[in-house]
Amino acid sequence: MSTPDFTSSGLRRRRAVNRLMELLAWACAAIAVGILGIVVFSVARRGAGAFNLDLLTKTPVPFALGPVKQGLANAFVGTIVIVGFAALMALPIGILVALYLIEFARPAVRNVVTLALDVLNGIPAIVIGIFVFGLFVVGRGQSGFAGAFALGCLMLPLVARSTMEVLVLVPTSLREASLGLGVPRWRTTLSIVLPQTIGGIVTGATLGVARVAGETAPLLFTSSIVGTQVSWNPSHALQTVPVAIFELSESPDPADHTRAWAAATVLLLFILFASLGARWLATRSRRKLEAAR
Amino acid sequence: MTMEAENVSTIETALRVETKRLPLPPRERLEQVFDIQDLDAIYGSKPAVKGVTMEIYKNLVTAIIGPSGCGKSTFIRCLNRMNDLIPGFKQTGTVRYHGQDIGGGDVDPVAVRRTIGMVFQRPNPFPKSIYDNVAWGLRVLRMKDSLDERVERALTQAALWDEVKDRLKASALSLSGGQQQRLCIARAIAVEPDVVLMDEPASALDPIATQAIEQLMHDLKSEYSFVIVTHNMQQAARVADMTAFFSISTGAEGERWGELVEYDDTTKIFTAPSDKRTEDYVTGRFG
Repeated sequence: MSTPDFTSSGLRRRRAVNRLMELLAWACAAIAVGILGIVVFSVARRGAGAFNLDLLTKTPVPFALGPVKQGLANAFVGTIVIVGFAALMALPIGILVALYLIEFARPAVRNVVTLALDVLNGIPAIVIGIFVFGLFVVGRGQSGFAGAFALGCLMLPLVARSTMEVLVLVPTSLREASLGLGVPRWRTTLSIVLPQTIGGIVTGATLGVARVAGETAPLLFTSSIVGTQVSWNPSHALQTVPVAIFELSESPDPADHTRAWAAATVLLLFILFASLGARWLATRSRRKLEAAR
Repeated sequence: MTMEAENVSTIETALRVETKRLPLPPRERLEQVFDIQDLDAIYGSKPAVKGVTMEIYKNLVTAIIGPSGCGKSTFIRCLNRMNDLIPGFKQTGTVRYHGQDIGGGDVDPVAVRRTIGMVFQRPNPFPKSIYDNVAWGLRVLRMKDSLDERVERALTQAALWDEVKDRLKASALSLSGGQQQRLCIARAIAVEPDVVLMDEPASALDPIATQAIEQLMHDLKSEYSFVIVTHNMQQAARVADMTAFFSISTGAEGERWGELVEYDDTTKIFTAPSDKRTEDYVTGRFG
């Protein structure tokens, strides 16, 4: 028996195709990263001129032309208040919905509600905005609460879905261990399942907050007719960062444009740090979960 | 020596080791723990086990043996309502525990599981410290008086105390598989159940850990009644007083379900089974 010939005539071509495809895949990955890089870079570069402490701490000077524009403190405070109230509404409901669906609901119910959450997640923000406009703003006027409610509607499915995802990661064997001792279901959920998922729930909440902090459309309907004063009172309309960016970009004054870019940089940095923080928490809790398997 | 003969001889050795124990008193003098009548367990529309009728006795180790898919685990989980957690599960027939029907809808499964504890196939300690694994159940179930003593006693009974007494605060997940399983047993017996169900407790363990668990069942059966599912016949021969053999039946349309074939003294099941299927299985001729 002779040794087979291991050198194939097509080998050279195959290697070339392989290298080409690898390069192509690499290029696509580079494009994805590149787009993010370009966005961050161009926003930061254009906003650099107005990116200073005054932007965060001072209020805008109305009708001022030229460089005396001061800051956007009212917008940052407004965003904190509105997103804060949105989180207060969406987090408890979202987490409880997820707990119900994963721990208690029958599969049929779970499927229907999960689908509903996915559809809710897919509703364009402007539709939510106009819905809340019709519900709360018409006849009563704009308010921070209305804005928070709109953002809460957007956050709810994000929180619920991400919480569901970490809950299914908790091994059934852990629940059985507790139930097998004669511990009631609610106690098992509270003391055994939830602690395992805190990291993941915080991650989902953080990503939800980061996501709605940049929403503009619903706030245009619900909280956009505002003064320049810093206000923590959500029963009035409050200025917010995305709406401020939108309004400043419409201004004829180039200095306003710079401030819009600077505000956008702050928003980007917030989202960046929130995502990194969420990532860190997620890795930590996943490691804990895997150890428990 | 053929494999079959070898198989038989190891079982005989296992039985011989066990002859030190006293012969079982006649059935009617044994106290019943479970009285199971015509039990069917159904997932959706698929029956897993059909028509099981048997009695399980107090202070004995009862083994359930049989091939994979014969419904051993499903059956044992009917005894403490663990199957309730599976969507689409139904059971018919009656399971009486000391005369009280525990299969019905008006029975609180939590209370059932409180009395009838369970140890699972894969060790599943909580991601807590060794101490808290045992103490958590006691705290939740309000058995908080002399907690330290209770934990120590459970760990001692589970033959784990000497190995862990110096590191009770360490994570339970740092223990070896065999230690984790003994910790799970300690956790189960700490809350003082009446019966301990064990679903293949040694299938993921090495022989030394297995031996430790078998020894512990031996030592504790005066206080508890054990029901153990195992696919390991030698294990059944070593630890069990009574053995039930489950097998798979095939219906006319190819549907398969598990059923109880024979239930008797362990010695009888392994040396003089009355059913051909049992004999084929215990002599390794199954197939």
